[in-house]
Amino acid sequence: MATRLRAVDVVIVGLGWTGGILAKELSEAGMRVVALERGAMRSTNPDFAIPLIRDELKYAVRNALMQNPVRDTLTFRHSPSEPALPMRQLGSFLPGEGVGGAGVHWNGVTWRWTGIDHAARSYYEQRHGKSFIPADMAIQDWPMTYAELEPYYDRFERTAGVSGKAGNIRGTTQPGGNFFEQPRDRDYPLPALEPSYSQVLFNDATAQMGYHPFPRPCANASRAYTNPDGSRLGACVYCGHCERFGCEANAKGSPHITVIPKAMAQPTFELRTHSWVTKVMLDSTKKKAIGVAYTDVATGQEYEQPAAIVALCAYAINNVHLMLLSGIGTPYDATTQKGVVGKNYCYQPGGGGVTLFFEDKIFNPFMATGAFGIAIDDFHANDQFDRAAVGALGGATINVGQSNGRPIGYRPVPAGTPRWGAEWKKATAKWYLRAMNIGVTASNMPNRYNAYDLDPTYKNVFGQPLLRLTYNFLENDKKVIAYVGQKAAEIARSLKPTSMTGPGTLGEYNIVPYQSTHNTGGAIMGTSPGNSAVNKYLQSWDVPNVFVIGASAFPHNSAYNPTGPVGALAYWTADAIKQRYRQRPGLMT
Amino acid sequence: MSEQPNRRDFLKTVGTVGASGIAAAVGVEGVEAQARPAASPTASTAAPVSHAYTFLTAPEAAFIEAAVDRLIPADDLTPGGTDCGVAVFIDRQLAGAWGSGDRTYMQGPWQKGVPTQGYQSPLTPAEFFRTGIAAANAYCRKTLQKEFDRLTADEQIKVLQEMEQGRVAFDGISAQEFFNLLLATTMQGFFADPVYGGNRDKVAWKMIGFPGVVAIYSEHIKTYRNKKYDVEPKSIVDLS
Repeated sequence: MATRLRAVDVVIVGLGWTGGILAKELSEAGMRVVALERGAMRSTNPDFAIPLIRDELKYAVRNALMQNPVRDTLTFRHSPSEPALPMRQLGSFLPGEGVGGAGVHWNGVTWRWTGIDHAARSYYEQRHGKSFIPADMAIQDWPMTYAELEPYYDRFERTAGVSGKAGNIRGTTQPGGNFFEQPRDRDYPLPALEPSYSQVLFNDATAQMGYHPFPRPCANASRAYTNPDGSRLGACVYCGHCERFGCEANAKGSPHITVIPKAMAQPTFELRTHSWVTKVMLDSTKKKAIGVAYTDVATGQEYEQPAAIVALCAYAINNVHLMLLSGIGTPYDATTQKGVVGKNYCYQPGGGGVTLFFEDKIFNPFMATGAFGIAIDDFHANDQFDRAAVGALGGATINVGQSNGRPIGYRPVPAGTPRWGAEWKKATAKWYLRAMNIGVTASNMPNRYNAYDLDPTYKNVFGQPLLRLTYNFLENDKKVIAYVGQKAAEIARSLKPTSMTGPGTLGEYNIVPYQSTHNTGGAIMGTSPGNSAVNKYLQSWDVPNVFVIGASAFPHNSAYNPTGPVGALAYWTADAIKQRYRQRPGLMT
Repeated sequence: MSEQPNRRDFLKTVGTVGASGIAAAVGVEGVEAQARPAASPTASTAAPVSHAYTFLTAPEAAFIEAAVDRLIPADDLTPGGTDCGVAVFIDRQLAGAWGSGDRTYMQGPWQKGVPTQGYQSPLTPAEFFRTGIAAANAYCRKTLQKEFDRLTADEQIKVLQEMEQGRVAFDGISAQEFFNLLLATTMQGFFADPVYGGNRDKVAWKMIGFPGVVAIYSEHIKTYRNKKYDVEPKSIVDLS
């Protein structure tokens, strides 16, 4: 029997970046806020202290900071005609768990999405004609423009301590920044990090070829920094233990050292950990949420938390799962293409990258940060990139990072080397220090069959249906990877390596090897209840006191990483709640 | 390698076959370690490797020691897998939370699925290893009339290659999937922090030039461009 608790103004489900931003903004505005986090409390000290945090096996292989599939996972299949089977172990992507969420263990790449991304359908229709967009590719514009969101991108960059170099300040091109950048009001709060040797080589090679290299914006602080809220970040020490780890130096922009402590300082805010929300409770009209039901996973006790506003701030996948479990909005059906909740799931195709081996160069891959890198955007944000010739929408960035040089996971050897035995060992000893990678990160356009629904067979530990993912890479993705992969190979050859491997081709999606935790869509934003699950303010069209915040709102996935717009949208939504919804609850227009 | 005192032979000579593998291993550890010639100068300077196991039975330990010595053979770079502590590492992992399925969704129903759907076995990782070892030994007995650890090194390599390439069929388990898990776990043991029992004396880190856990490179990122960073690696054990 669930215990019914005292009502609050806002209940937040999940306390990562988006939940943390809402928690701080709304509690500081005087609203009574409760955050329910399914995982444990996390603090830099002692949780991320040296030497224990430098444990590759525990954090990078056994996924200590991640969702445990024993409690909840999803099922997966390539197409509706195949049986979906559970993802029994984490692999392809790593949803976080615990206070700070994935904002603790991310790498920190922090883009503002392109003008093309913000107006995807309009752009391609105007540039290439309506027939350029395949009939089963449901792309649509964001309901807000880049210019509308610009101040919120800025705010998130300031909060997270992003290091970078502006390419375009109020219309004026800035040397050294991204030539294709949308106008920004001011530069990044911190200068770019010191590039690695591999990045220096890539920068010079691409500049020589007439491309436009620039430092990739990243939430790894290039120097000590105090953000506008007074949160202090340390300087990054290039330790090479960033993605999948917490930062002992507080140099990675993370919610547990910025927005969450600010919320915790408010008397109107309360955090409850180990609190697993199983459902949003609706009233009899199904048009209004009355709160959430949750289980304390440390005791098994069940609770109901009434609230005037429910903010779903879980990982993008789990936001969609909760909507479907709760009956919020019409579930999407790929056969009829009716309904909206679950549609436009997108991911991040790779496989076009190249590994270069040099007899005479030393790269020290362990001197690394999560997100620093040199990128070129000539095949992505560039309006002049001839997509008609490629026959595909979207594009890809080409980049050289240097983030994961740890030896269990990173052991480059030339093509044809055995995976074990004497020859493998000699090659590993020789090439570990002498290899560098050029990466290709592609956008992903939606397809009518790439979608979520509820699984008819498999259950989580609470007895609820698992989420079911139907997904595969498609022709558009394969064309982009093939084309941009060849460009990466040309750049690689200009560096005259002793040998190189790749680029590969994009095959079928495989849920086993890690690719990225860039799962987008499923509760997409749009201009009408017919084309989207949430409106311009990430408010459910059907249940307007439910807000669904995160990459679940993206109608497609960019070649850029998702966290920049995720943070910006959280601030955007918080402002809308504080300034408008609070005075006049209901659907905002 | 095949002339070295074999674990199974040694157990026979002291008359412990049939006794509990754990008790036998604990009882003979020091003697057996002395009986083994040092595989390299690195090994001779370190404390004797442990052959004490808590999960693996004696025949299972014999299989794992033989297999990791083929996957990571002794040469002038490092000692063999067993002398690097990799067999002990595997034993501890199988005995611990991961082996017991701590982070594996174990609910049915079970179907084989396609490789892109990942692990679909109803077995925990520890049970999967146990089943795989038994199936590999059954295959070796049937085709070569001996258990895996009694084969010559060349025969062992050939069996492992057949498993890797999916050219043999085992009863009740995919030979290739078992090989892939065995190889992945072996590499984890070789390269993980020595606190877990493998990578003994940080041999794998020294081999490739990985400096370990101290990792403060604010200046070095510039000053060590195209320059080797030669330091004695530090592990969690060193800093604890």
